Amino acid sequence: MPTLEIRDLHVAVGDKEILRGVDLTVGAGETHAIMGPNGSGKSTLAYAVAGHPKYTITSGAVLLDGEDVLEMSVDERARAGLFLAMQYPVEVPGVSVSNFLRSAITSVRGEAPKLRQFAKDLKAGMDALSMDPAFAQRNTNEGFSGGEKKRHEILQLELLKPKIAILDETDSGLDIDALRVVSEGINRFRSGDTGVLLITHYTRILRYVKPDFVHVFAGGRIVEEGGPELAEKLEAEGYESYTKASA
Amino acid sequence: MGLDTKPLSTLHEISSYNVADFPVPTGREEEWRFTPLSRLRGLHDGTAEVTGSVVVEVDAAPEATVETVGREDARIGRAYVPADRVSAQAYSSFEKATVVTVPREAVTSKPIVIGVRGTGGAGAGAAYGHILIDVGPMAEAVVVLDHRGSAVYADNVEFDVAEGATLKVVSLQDWDDDAVHVSHHHARIGKDATFRSFVVTLGGDLVRLSPSVSYTAPGGDADLTGLYFADARQHLEHRLLVDHTVPKCRSNVTYKGALQGDGAHAVWIGDVIIRAEAEGTDTYELNRNLILTDGARADSVPNLEILTGEVAGAGHASASGRIDDEHIFYLQARGIPLDEARRLVVHGFFARLLEKIEVPEIRERVLSAVEAELAR
Repeated sequence: MPTLEIRDLHVAVGDKEILRGVDLTVGAGETHAIMGPNGSGKSTLAYAVAGHPKYTITSGAVLLDGEDVLEMSVDERARAGLFLAMQYPVEVPGVSVSNFLRSAITSVRGEAPKLRQFAKDLKAGMDALSMDPAFAQRNTNEGFSGGEKKRHEILQLELLKPKIAILDETDSGLDIDALRVVSEGINRFRSGDTGVLLITHYTRILRYVKPDFVHVFAGGRIVEEGGPELAEKLEAEGYESYTKASA
Repeated sequence: MGLDTKPLSTLHEISSYNVADFPVPTGREEEWRFTPLSRLRGLHDGTAEVTGSVVVEVDAAPEATVETVGREDARIGRAYVPADRVSAQAYSSFEKATVVTVPREAVTSKPIVIGVRGTGGAGAGAAYGHILIDVGPMAEAVVVLDHRGSAVYADNVEFDVAEGATLKVVSLQDWDDDAVHVSHHHARIGKDATFRSFVVTLGGDLVRLSPSVSYTAPGGDADLTGLYFADARQHLEHRLLVDHTVPKCRSNVTYKGALQGDGAHAVWIGDVIIRAEAEGTDTYELNRNLILTDGARADSVPNLEILTGEVAGAGHASASGRIDDEHIFYLQARGIPLDEARRLVVHGFFARLLEKIEVPEIRERVLSAVEAELAR
């Protein structure tokens, strides 16, 4: 059973400590929402777990199925079954979506997919996310609208089939139709034996992707935890009480 | 007044067939300051002995004629007058020239491949050459210049593109590691004629290639594209000159290079002059360098001198930088190992250029050469 364990994680950018002791366990079949105001460290958690070089782990541990994630390179983490859907997916000039996805699938599975099967999977995946098939020939994320970038992230999620997905503000910048399409993709993914860590500022996406647990983030740590009802409380009251408490 | 502040148009005003008209470069001149003269093996100062060996072989399309002619042939030097000392040295030293003629309205059914092979090695002394590609009115031709082997070689290549003709050239500098090659490519472009040049420089200790373009009548259209990959201790220099002297002509220069390893050095000079009489000129030039490791250096100098107020378009851009860490992170975050991620990014950097090579077998060869460079 895949499990992501984050234990007393402290993370700094340069000399500045951003995360101040995060404890969180995401088990198989569970969806955890992390909610919090801007600047609370939510994205730092996502990028630190994925291994972005800008973030320094000063103490703590991250384990995937008991394996030490922090010892792994960025690509090793992905091949071990971690996936980060980024808030701002990166444009890679000259590398087509099709070429990029085939390289990623080849790396994650350890063998190149059969060309015909790949084309079929890609088309099915794009259809499910209402993406124009022409996207496969375009350069990765180049000139994509915000919504197109997010669909492309979820397409990768569905094709790469990780064990644990961290979704960093996947809902931001989406109109209501795109939000529904993207949420359906996330729901297809989590119908498997997988774990989801959904990072969001707003409760809107939680109407489509129902979390099992909600964690409130403020000042670089989790300040409150509960079930889905906690999201409703945040919807009604906002983050004000938490930002005051952590200041 | 220093050389740097001279107008571009005056830097290019000396041209002569006579070596003695050009002083021996010292390395301080604007046109020589980037070139390590000590590695030219005497090509620039008259000390090179003419004992080297370069073999030119042409696999021509049936529509074209190929001749090997002597120095006295009246067609030689018609389109081009040497513009620096090494060029003049080559012009006054070659013994046999290769002349390829594509007659009026002929369309070549396959690329004309000119193999230039250094057979003597770089230690055997210098060799000089001259090639003329003469494309008649309304004719269309594809020419591949394929440089391999090793030599110390200086040459001039003239492309004479007559009215309404189209010439597409691929010049591949795929020399062995110790070769030295100093070359001028000059295209003289007639009324409504089209010239496409694709330069690929990969191999050699020192390659200094100076492609230039002049127009004889309005409607001329030139695309000069280049791709280079400089490895440790390689000096790869490209000096472009487009001289717009007549109205309503177009030029586009796009050169991209990757550099890796200690002492890898790429130089790109892009000179474009729009003379007072060249109204309605449309020109753009761009150079990009991707620096893959420490110890590599790219010099990129675009110069655009506009002497008329009536241009259709004129611009330039130059940028040199490292691979974007965010690109690599994104690819790695999808499981793609670092080496493969780097390969994808470099491949992407060159992708749009490679599509422009219209000879499939050459495109494949360049592609695999780039892959081989990355695997080093």
